[in-house]
Amino acid sequence: MSLHLILFLAFGAVCVAGAINLLAQTHPINSALSLIVVMAALAGEYLLLGAEFVAAVQVIVYAGAIMVLFVFTIMLLNAGEEERTKGSRVAVLLGVPGMLLGSVLVAWVVLKHSGTGSVAIGALLGDPKTIGQLLFHDFLLPFEITSVLILIAIMGAVVLASKPQAVQKRRAH
Amino acid sequence: MQPTAQAVGEFRKSSKAPKGRKTENGDCTSLLNCFTADRKNMPLDTLTFVIVSVIKSGITLFILLTAVAYTVWLERKVVGHMQNRWGPTRVGPFGLLQPAADGIKFLFKEDLTPPHVYKPLFIAAPMMAVIFALTSISVIPIGNSFWIGDHPIPLQITDVNIGLLLILGVTSMGVYGVALAGWSSNNKYSLLGGLRASAQMVSYEISLGLSLVGVLIMAGSFSLREIVDSQAGHFWGFIPRWNIFHGQIIGFFCYLMAAYAETNRIPFDLPEAETELVAGYHTEYSAMKFAMFFMAEYANMITVACLATLLFFGGWHGPIFGPRALQVLLPVFWFIAKVFLFLFIYIWVRGTLPRFRYDQLMAFGWKFLLPLSLVNLMATAIAVAW
Repeated sequence: MSLHLILFLAFGAVCVAGAINLLAQTHPINSALSLIVVMAALAGEYLLLGAEFVAAVQVIVYAGAIMVLFVFTIMLLNAGEEERTKGSRVAVLLGVPGMLLGSVLVAWVVLKHSGTGSVAIGALLGDPKTIGQLLFHDFLLPFEITSVLILIAIMGAVVLASKPQAVQKRRAH
Repeated sequence: MQPTAQAVGEFRKSSKAPKGRKTENGDCTSLLNCFTADRKNMPLDTLTFVIVSVIKSGITLFILLTAVAYTVWLERKVVGHMQNRWGPTRVGPFGLLQPAADGIKFLFKEDLTPPHVYKPLFIAAPMMAVIFALTSISVIPIGNSFWIGDHPIPLQITDVNIGLLLILGVTSMGVYGVALAGWSSNNKYSLLGGLRASAQMVSYEISLGLSLVGVLIMAGSFSLREIVDSQAGHFWGFIPRWNIFHGQIIGFFCYLMAAYAETNRIPFDLPEAETELVAGYHTEYSAMKFAMFFMAEYANMITVACLATLLFFGGWHGPIFGPRALQVLLPVFWFIAKVFLFLFIYIWVRGTLPRFRYDQLMAFGWKFLLPLSLVNLMATAIAVAW
């Protein structure tokens, strides 16, 4: 086993452990921090696959900006510990195997029929130039449409967050 | 899964190759490049590479922590003289042993943990702050490579081709130390400090990133070494081709403002505004945990000064003359001199400016700095495309 493969498996294990911890923790801030660990571990996986730029952007955007806002909101709302109710035992007994079966099925179908194939470690071309070429040349239209979509979402959020009176006034005009 | 070792080898070769080509072509911008040009560029084998990296990390850590300690001394001394005081004078000549005395004091003070804090994060937060602050120095080059036999040893821990992005990523993670410290302390002043810090750092990160894109467009690379190499040479034989003289003066201004806000320094030190928030996010911290926040702040200052030098002031480029030994040392000297200049400006600003009000801070960041850095980005892109 090469060092890269060991690291790849280690990052994968950290990623899964973080995701399980995210669900198991009762305090929202611990869950948010587990999600940050998942993001950082995913960045490590991207890096090992050879997509350095995607890895860096993953850390900067997800772990460094979006999750900061998550933590900020949790701090601001001073969200307390979540309450545990005793769920039915049937749900646990049937739900966990069912979920595992479902995810295995989905993974199998995706791997079998999507034609994505596999990639060797370090073989992906993820340097900034390739990404730029793909984003701003090959996939320019989908990229621009996505940015318009995000702009609409931002405007919707602004409208929803603004004071109701202001909205009513604007409607009256 | 079997082509991994080959892929690694290919990777190392491909990342080393351009550098070797550059020196072989006789890119005689500095004399150093010329007399290293005849050497063979042989990559190290894995074990040697690991040993060299560990040694370099140790040396860098030692230098950085010493620099942090003496930046504190410098700040106290300079601000003291600006305010007609002497600053530290008692411990050693000119108070030069003051950092050592402070360090011993921090180690032996009682480490209080107040009741009702959230303990795991209360302990983890200062560590996070200092770890991210120290990590970001790992990709900063301080000079040309030197040679042991046929092996080039770059004067930096590692030269990655996304160096600048790595620094941005690590510094953007640094906000967690401050925010979680404020939250876990269970103190309203700490919480307010932590909230302010996270809002401020997210806001100014955008301007910081955009102000650097101008430099990236001109250099065409994320690697800090290549960005510095792109600034070699002179205009009309005497003005150095540094980015600051190459149309990036607005970018430099935006970078400096945003970086001051990112490091929570005056005039943007709202998260620890002592007149409003006692001491902000580190109110409840004592002894070594407090010292960790202190170290993180000064390490971040040094990183910002290093980046300003590398991106806008030509890195280690400067007049090089004299015998061979001097030619090897001078680039490092120029680099350190420029970093020192930026640290001095930091302290100068602290001794001069008052603190912003919070709304002023947000208005300045979003309504002035962000549009300005966008304009700079557009202008640079148009000028380069011309």
